[in-house]
Amino acid sequence: MKISNIFNRRNRILLRELVVTDFKLRYQGSVLGYFWSLLKPLMLFAIMYVVFVHFLRFGQDVPHFAVSLLLGLVLWTFFTEATNQGMQAIVGRGDLIRKINFPKYIIVISATVSALINLLLNLVVVFIFMIFDGVDFGWSALLFPFTVLIIYVFSLGLAFLLSAVYLKYRDVAHIWEVFLQGLFYATPIIYPLQMVMGIGSQFAAQILMLSPIAVLFQSARAQVVGHDNVITADQVFSNPLYLAIPYLIIVGVIVLAALYFKRNQAKFAERV
Amino acid sequence: MSDRDDNRQNAVVVTDLKKAFRLPHENHSGLKQMIINFTQRGRKKGYEVQQVLKGVSFEVKKGDFFGIVGRNGSGKSTLLKLLAGIYTPDSGAIRTNGSIVPFIELGVGFNPELTGRENVFLNGALLGFSRDEMKEMYNEIIEFAELERFMDQKLKNYSSGMQVRLAFSIAIKAQGDVLILDEVLAVGDEAFQRKCNDYFDKIRRDKTKTVILVTHSMESVRKYCNRAMLLQEGRVEFIGNPDKIADEYSGLNLLQSPKKLDVKKKGPELSAKITSKPLLHPTDTLEVEIRYRALDEKPVFAKAYIDLDGQAIMATNPMLLGWKTMVTNDTKEHVARYTLPLNDFNKGEFKVIALLEDVETKVNIASFGYEGETVIKVENPDKTSRGGIFINQATMELKK
Repeated sequence: MKISNIFNRRNRILLRELVVTDFKLRYQGSVLGYFWSLLKPLMLFAIMYVVFVHFLRFGQDVPHFAVSLLLGLVLWTFFTEATNQGMQAIVGRGDLIRKINFPKYIIVISATVSALINLLLNLVVVFIFMIFDGVDFGWSALLFPFTVLIIYVFSLGLAFLLSAVYLKYRDVAHIWEVFLQGLFYATPIIYPLQMVMGIGSQFAAQILMLSPIAVLFQSARAQVVGHDNVITADQVFSNPLYLAIPYLIIVGVIVLAALYFKRNQAKFAERV
Repeated sequence: MSDRDDNRQNAVVVTDLKKAFRLPHENHSGLKQMIINFTQRGRKKGYEVQQVLKGVSFEVKKGDFFGIVGRNGSGKSTLLKLLAGIYTPDSGAIRTNGSIVPFIELGVGFNPELTGRENVFLNGALLGFSRDEMKEMYNEIIEFAELERFMDQKLKNYSSGMQVRLAFSIAIKAQGDVLILDEVLAVGDEAFQRKCNDYFDKIRRDKTKTVILVTHSMESVRKYCNRAMLLQEGRVEFIGNPDKIADEYSGLNLLQSPKKLDVKKKGPELSAKITSKPLLHPTDTLEVEIRYRALDEKPVFAKAYIDLDGQAIMATNPMLLGWKTMVTNDTKEHVARYTLPLNDFNKGEFKVIALLEDVETKVNIASFGYEGETVIKVENPDKTSRGGIFINQATMELKK
């Protein structure tokens, strides 16, 4: 498989058809249709806001925490959607794989692209909220798309790895579900990182910021709501070597995923 | 016609293709089985290996209508999936010249919630056609399917016949160099089948189209194919003339029809075995071996007849013929031989029935063959006298 072939004409057409079909079918038969992909994160946000910000008073002294929370939730929704749908992609399209030969990675990519389209729609809503919240966008906001891109590539890598492993060991779905639940609370989404630091545990904050997701989410937030309002990895670690760890994890996951998927894809049709 | 004399271009060349599968004993897609497999390294694993293709080689020329036949489990589908690139071979090679359009199943990826039109384009994309290429084929496809009025309706509102017609039309109108079809020749109602028949007749003569067809229908093999291959237990048994292949295949099915012996039944033992080929021509002689063992010392004899749908069409009774030496009166095992030159037979499938008759009471005390244990098939390669069970000796003339 040559890199230049990954997105040749045939594969682009197939990817497009699969994504369009997926999108057409997703909200089939629901009155509000596509609006659900916007409404769901907003409703989740409403719940989180009422529980954690209104009652538990998380992030009271952090400027723009509400929109930060919204952005975090939208990114998290994307991460779970992309990895879960990606994981199920190969098994879910088993009937196709057994009867027709086409590049298997297209299925995984199409599953994550659907989630990516949702994310982009949601981000429009987030930015509207931010404008109302009086967020002052700086030049660093231009870096935001790159951070989103890294989040996407990381999710895609995980999706590749999970989809291939899931085919062999269905246990992965349960493990991943629990792992995501844990990761949700281990990522500063519903609470600001200032809170962790405020309790006086620099060490706890350092542990949290070893996670690629936490680092990327904090960067994404800092880039739009301002570095003064969000604590990023470089403010937690004094030794810059630690800053590399999350990125090494990302690269490691992608390399592992590419190798494992490539080695196993020829046997997908027999195993699925 | 040997392959070497034929200098047409090859469309598909398969050399020494092998493929094995691991068959898990039970659901092994769990951590438990992984741990068991790991800890019991070298010992019994949770799967066994089944060698499906044991070295298959053949060539398909450009313009061929190539038939692949074989009994269930002979490896046809695996071979087809290898040709279609769905499976990868363990060893051996498949070289193809031109694009392959495989239809392992009709309507792969059809979604009931999409309209007919959307499904055509999705199916096309899966087969590797672009939107523009599909647009060119689109009108022909729906015209052939006779579904012009329904294309904007959801597929779930189609009747099953309509769905099959649409899928089938995509299959045969898809513009590929090599078309692979798995058992999908007869779909739709009679009118549509006639249309398909005409179309295949056209393709058969079209020397630019190559078709590889897997089927159980010997009629299709004889009608459409110019070459065919018989697979048996993962090997190529015969390759060449489709009529010969169809004969061999029918013979294979006769040979392996179930042989059930009712062991619990009390009575004399009687069994029969066809010792000639079960598939015969009028020039052949049918040979049957009848074994029996009586329960007591009453005189008995064996007899046989040829049965067609419950009617004895040719009976041989040693007593009536005066063959007194056929009678035995002990409890030893005896073997009787029955031979019948078939020169009066034209074609048909018959049962050979063996009976054991009691000389005194003239009652049949045992029978064998009613369950289809001993079936023969007669075929006449001489096409001039087709039709009828017996060879036609009649003459006709116009008197007035």
